Formats: sequence, C-alpha cells, structure tokens
Amino acid sequence: MNMLVTPTSPATPNGTTRPQVRIVIVGHVDHGKSTLVGRLLHETGSLPEGKLEMLKAVSARRGMPFEWSFLLDALQTERDQGITIDTTQIRFRTNSRDIVLIDAPGHAEFLRNMITGASQADGAVLIIDALEGVRDQTRRHGYLLHLLGVKQVAIVVNKMDRVDFSADRFKAISDEISAHLNGLGVTPTAVIPISARDGDGVAERTDRIGWYKGPTVVEALDGLEPARPLEALALRLPVQAIYKFDDRRIVAGRIESGSLIAGDEIVIMPAGKIAKIKTVESWPVTPVAGRQGAGRSVGITLDRELFIERGDIIAHANAAPRETRRLRARIFWLHDKPLNKGDQLLVRCGPKESRATVVAIEKAVDPGELSSSENKAIGRNHVGEIDISLSNPIATDPYTENPRTGRLVIEVSGRIAGGGLVLSVDAGQRAEPVDIVPVESALRLDERSARYRHNGAVVWLTGLPASGKSTLARALERRLFTNGGSPILLDGDTLRAGLNSDLGFSAADRSENIRRLAEVATHLARNGHIAIVAAVSPAREDRATARRIADTAFREIHVATPAEVCEERDPKGHYKKARAGALASFTGIGNDYEAPQAAELVIDTSKRTVTEAADEIEQMLKTSGVLFDELVDLAANI
Amino acid sequence: MDHLDQLEAQSIYIFREAFARLKKIALLWSLGKDSNVMIWLARKAFFGRMPFPALHVDTGKKFPEMYRFRDHYGKEWDLDLRVEPCPPIDAVDPTLPPAARSAARKTEGLKMALGKYGFDGLIAGIRRDEEATRAKERVFSPRGLEGNWDVRDQPPEFWDHFNASPPQGAHLRIHPILHWTEADIWAYTKRENIPIIPLYLAKDGKRYRSLGDQDITNPVNSTASTIDEILIELEQTKVPERAGRALDHETEDAFERLRVAGYL
Repeated sequence: MNMLVTPTSPATPNGTTRPQVRIVIVGHVDHGKSTLVGRLLHETGSLPEGKLEMLKAVSARRGMPFEWSFLLDALQTERDQGITIDTTQIRFRTNSRDIVLIDAPGHAEFLRNMITGASQADGAVLIIDALEGVRDQTRRHGYLLHLLGVKQVAIVVNKMDRVDFSADRFKAISDEISAHLNGLGVTPTAVIPISARDGDGVAERTDRIGWYKGPTVVEALDGLEPARPLEALALRLPVQAIYKFDDRRIVAGRIESGSLIAGDEIVIMPAGKIAKIKTVESWPVTPVAGRQGAGRSVGITLDRELFIERGDIIAHANAAPRETRRLRARIFWLHDKPLNKGDQLLVRCGPKESRATVVAIEKAVDPGELSSSENKAIGRNHVGEIDISLSNPIATDPYTENPRTGRLVIEVSGRIAGGGLVLSVDAGQRAEPVDIVPVESALRLDERSARYRHNGAVVWLTGLPASGKSTLARALERRLFTNGGSPILLDGDTLRAGLNSDLGFSAADRSENIRRLAEVATHLARNGHIAIVAAVSPAREDRATARRIADTAFREIHVATPAEVCEERDPKGHYKKARAGALASFTGIGNDYEAPQAAELVIDTSKRTVTEAADEIEQMLKTSGVLFDELVDLAANI
Repeated sequence: MDHLDQLEAQSIYIFREAFARLKKIALLWSLGKDSNVMIWLARKAFFGRMPFPALHVDTGKKFPEMYRFRDHYGKEWDLDLRVEPCPPIDAVDPTLPPAARSAARKTEGLKMALGKYGFDGLIAGIRRDEEATRAKERVFSPRGLEGNWDVRDQPPEFWDHFNASPPQGAHLRIHPILHWTEADIWAYTKRENIPIIPLYLAKDGKRYRSLGDQDITNPVNSTASTIDEILIELEQTKVPERAGRALDHETEDAFERLRVAGYL
C-alpha cells in the first residue's frame, strides 16, 4: 500500500509513538457517511460521556428513531434538513493508530466543502448505498480524490441490510466502482460490505455477512502505511515574507519538500539569484544547528543582500524548479460562472500570485457523468485541463515531480474558485539559472538617498491624451533635478519607439506595454531614482498591475483635465485624426478611459498652472514619504 | 518532526500568512491556555516579537488571577496590549438564555473594538475539538459586516490556500490553532514551559478546564495538580472540555446562535 500517511506521534504523557492518519469519508448524499462516523466512534469507545444520551434525547424530541448522524450534524440547520453542510473533524483510536476523521458533505451543492475536507486527508473511505448503487456523486468524489492526490481509497458498501446482505448485489457494486477507480489509476485498498446503522462490518464481521472474508472498516483503517516522505524530494522553500524586525533580514517560509542547513548554496527562483544560507534563525534559541526538513516553518538569513519577495522559491542550485509564464493544469471548478477561454484569473501557487489568462480549455468533463462537454467551458463542479498564461513568471514543478509545489488554486473576486494540479511547465527561453548570477548594485539605498534626499518612487501620471501629463512630467523632472534629486522620465510614447516597438494597440498589447513600463520604473525606483511615468494607461486593471509591481513605491496622479479641454488642445492632432476615422484604437473619443478611483493626487490642468500643479505633486511626494529634508533609516522601508 | 513540531509549524505558517495578506490584524487574548499558546507561537513565527496588538475584550468579570496574569505577562512579553470594555447586559439580545446573554456581551465588545481600530483580521484561539460548530470552521473564516458567520456559505479552503480578501468593512477570523486538541495544548505548554494561570491546576479536588467569566464558568472534579497529571486525566476522561461552561448547555442551539452572531 502507498497511503500518504505521515507517521507522527501525538502527545501522550508516557511517550508512546502512535502514527496519526487523516481519513476523509466521502460519498453520495444519504449513503450513510455520518452514520458510519457515529458508529465508528461508538465502536472504538471514543464518544464523550453523556453524548449517547444526548443523541437519544435529541432524536426523541424530534419523534425520530435513534439517529447516529446527529452526532456530527451538530448544526441546527443540518438537523432540520437532514444533510451535512460542512466538514467536521473528529478523532478516535484504533489498535495501532490515531485517526483524524474528516466528515465531508455529499450534497452536490457543498462540493467545495468536500474538497476542503478531502484536501487535508491521507486516505479516504468512499461510501456507497447498497440499494442505490454507484451514483453521480460517487463517481465525482472518486474523481476528485484522484485529483487531490488521495491515492488509496477504501470502499464501503453500506446499508447491506436493505438488500438482505446479498453477496451478488455487493459483487455487482464492487465491480462497477473498482472499474471506475481503476480507470482513474486508483486501486481500492478494500471493498467492504457493511450496515453502519447495525454495526455489521464496521468493527466486527457478523453472521449476516458471513460470506465476506476481507477486513472490517476498523481493520482497513488500522492497516495504513506511510509513504515516501517529502524530505526525500528536492528542496522547495516558498518565501512567505521577509522580516526585518532587528538587524537580521530573515527570509521566512515553510519547507514544502527536501531539507536545508546553514552553508547550503541556494538559488532564488524565478530570478535565478544565487546565495548561501548563513544561518537558520529561530526563537527563543537562535541560530538553530542541524538540518531542517520538510514541514518545518523556518527563517533563514543569506550571505548577501538580495532583493527577494514573497512567492519566490528557494531551492538548491542544482535542482531548481522551472520558471515559466505558461503552464498546463488539471483543475476542478467550483464557481457559479463557468470558466471560459480568455477568462482573466488570479492564480496562486503557494504564496506566489500572478494574474493569468486561460489560453485554451481541453477536456471539460462532468466527473459525475464522465462525459466530455462540447462547449469547452468548465462548469461548476466540473473538471478540465487548461492552458494558462501568466503575467508574472512563477517557479513551479509538475505535480508528478513534486506534489506540494505542483498545485495551484484559482481566485475570482478574492475568493478561491477552483484548484488543481500542474501537469506540465512550459519552460521559458532563459538559460539555466546556474548560469545567471545577477549583479546587485554596488551602492546601498541609503547612500543614494543621502545624495538625492529622496526615496525611490514610481510617479505614475495617467489621464486622457492631451490632458497635460508629459508637460507636468517634464516640469516635475526639472524641479526634482534642480533640487539635487534623480528623476527619470519614462514617457509612454518614447518607450513605444524602442523597448516596446513590438507592441500594438490591442488590449493585450496595451497591458504588456504598461507592465513593461512598470517593470522598468520599478527597477529605477529600487535603485533610488524617481521614475516619472507619463502614459494614458486607460485600463484600471493595468494600472492595478503597475501598482502591484511597484508596490509601496507607487504614487498615482490622475491628470483629470476635462475631455473637451483635451480635445480643444490636441497638440499632436490625434483627436482630429480620430474624429476623421483615421486613427483606430485611440483613447479619448469614446468611453474607454477608466478613471482612477483612489489616486494619490488628482489634478485638473485646466484650473492649475504648470507651476501650481508641480507644487501639488511635490507636496504629495513630501507627505507620502518620498521627498524628505531629514535623512531617515531607509532599511525600514525596504 | 514529532506531532507537536508539526502542529507548531502549521500554526506558524498560518500566522505568517495572516500577517502577509491582511493589513491590520490583532490577536484576541482571553488569557486562557489556548491564547497563551497562540502568543507563544506568534513570537516563534516572528522571531521573538508579536508585530500586532493583543486585544483583550474585557467583560470585567474575569477571575482576579487572570487579571494578574494579564498585567504581568503583557509587560514581560512586551505586548502591544489593548484592553477593550464590553457594553452592559441590557444592551444585549434579551431572547438569549441568561448565560449565553452574558457571553454575548463579549460579541458586542468585540464589534465595538473592531469599529474603533478597523481591524481586517482577528486571530482567535478556537480549536476544532472543543465544540461541534467550531469543528466546522475554516482557518481564515470570513465574517459579514455585522461580524456574523454564514456557515452555509463558507469559501473553499484547501492545500493551505486561504481566502484573505474580506469585503470592505468586514473582517476575517484567523484560527491558527484550529487543528490542535486540548491535550496538544497542555503537552506543548509543558514542552515550551509557557506560563499558566494556577486555576487550571487542581485544588481541593477541583480545577478549571476552561476559563471564562467567573459567574458562568464552573470547575470540574479533578486531582490533577501538574500538567503531567492533566495529560493523564485527559487520556482517561470522557467529560467534555466545556462541561463547565454554562452557556453551552442552556439550550440545544445556544452556542451555535452565539457563534453565528459573531461569538468566538
């Protein structure tokens, strides 16, 4: 057997070591999951005092026969509707191990709860009603277990009392579900006939199932074995945060696989920067000696100052994950609105997030019916394979190489809407990271700021064509320079003549144009300069991306000159051409400019002189910590 | 890694996610064994300091030992301690049974503190094994604008990916020790030598397993006067942890009603 069981020793005063196994119970609604759980707790002597009496009283009050499932269906609404809404976790012990039972709801409506429960499990029990047989939800759950990486599944055929404990009926169901799971590459560890209500086959083989020679449910759970530990895989330490609470600069995260020790040569992906681990920090005693393995939440310091950010992955230099802007994933979809080709999403791969576009959808399937749908959209509770293009490069592994880093979730409107496994990674055009050793600046930020008397910043001027962005940008550039600062003008049109000359004016090209402007500006800001960007940047989403890239360095100024004034000015003759139909994709005529909702500053150049406007910008840069008179400790702002 | 190491690593991961993904968080410090372990874990996560406030929503009815503990360790641990009062009992839903109504003051106090500081995340020390509705919690649990918990519409949460974007004005409850048990808490308290309030240890055949307000918390029969003895007692007892909490037992759904309304 190959159960993904982590052998751990729960806290006991006498120091005995008992493996802990997490088991999820899944299956179609009303096939008896909660009843089986109640029965298991009872048979293993795990019920708290008074619970049985309480359940009897609750059942009697409702005028119902005794109901085991009330034990877990603790919520009033659940009792009233007779369904389990959410996952519950409950513990009990078999002879050799501690079991954490995760009770997952079977109702199709609550598939997200089933996945929430099942994603934490080492193994699963899939329950089937002997009378009803294999149902849609049974197949769907089987498929999702497979997708979540739960490889070993024990099948329980419940309510055998309803079919007179018929061995033939049992065999028919056993054959059907085994064929289904085998088709997915999952081999059931056991198929067990039971009656959860009466206890047959749960902890004991009763006479009524005398023809059955296999294990009971308790025996099946008792026989789980550990799999290959994650420590045996290559090191993956996704960065959760960088802390600088004192003179240490600590890179914090959880080791997802592999292990590390002070002195290791590491590479930081996707940038491919190389460093050495100086110390492993901890509290109350620090530094920590010895090798730290998978599962540990650690903090490390490096032998050099590198720019590292949340979501980067630290690996050993000879076994780094692949860096990519494109990947293929097998996902399940939980959102009400189907997933379509062209949809824009937020993808999370560990702590790393990136905007993404669905480039292609293959094999959209309802796992309940196992039929491929024609329209190539992935509906709610369906699964599919998709190609994703990412706006930021991420470092990841195919799940077959690393189950921990080879998975992702998809967010829509701030809420997880789906998730899945990375099937393949389309490696970028880069050289092998071992060959890239980016050179850090010879200067420290505080050296630059001491000279310029300002922090690095990205000052982003957005507004309609002819609203006055370039004029203002140039005035600001002159003023900052006169005061001894280091401003650099990045005019959208100017950069389109060179760096961005491969881009057109489609929405995608415009997004890429803004992204590159933001990347260049951010690089300058990180080196202490004030990058002044003047670009129409009509799409709110694109400006949000720019803000994400530049992060705390970003200051947005909306040059909110009224459209009539802009058209009247028309210094480049663009409005005139556009009115004449000679300029396609021109922002300004029509409604495609999305004004900022929360810019750091709004300026109407029809009501301000250039000097007044520059004053306002300068004031804003002062109050928001970019310009300063007194030198400050810049380390706190890194 | 043993079992306690695993629990610790998972909790630290959750703390760091909360700190990275939310803007303004606070830790709810009830002074009890669970929240003391939480503060310890937070200091592990952030290398000796807790970079956000500890919020004590004070009913004014805690045991004197608890107030002494708060004042002493609030200083010793260098916490940014905020003590916030609760409204009087007549400001609370009169249809609740008496003990639950008394406890609901805390929900109101919590809402007032939320409004005052504008926290978008509150770290709370609830555990799944304490109580059946808590067992159904998410690690990052969204609350409505009124602080209410919509159990029927909880977002999916899997592979340690948490939903961390509360709607404007709403907040998240973050539960870094949801996966711990009562026995885990004691074993860890012992291993790490975390200070405790002496009320947890048996005196004259009684001890408190769970500490709340004086008037609605009762001790259980026990002779366990050390943490080792508590651990042995927990191995053998079938008395639930919150047996001494009156509010859990007044009506079948009293506790659920409180939680849906925003109670911990």
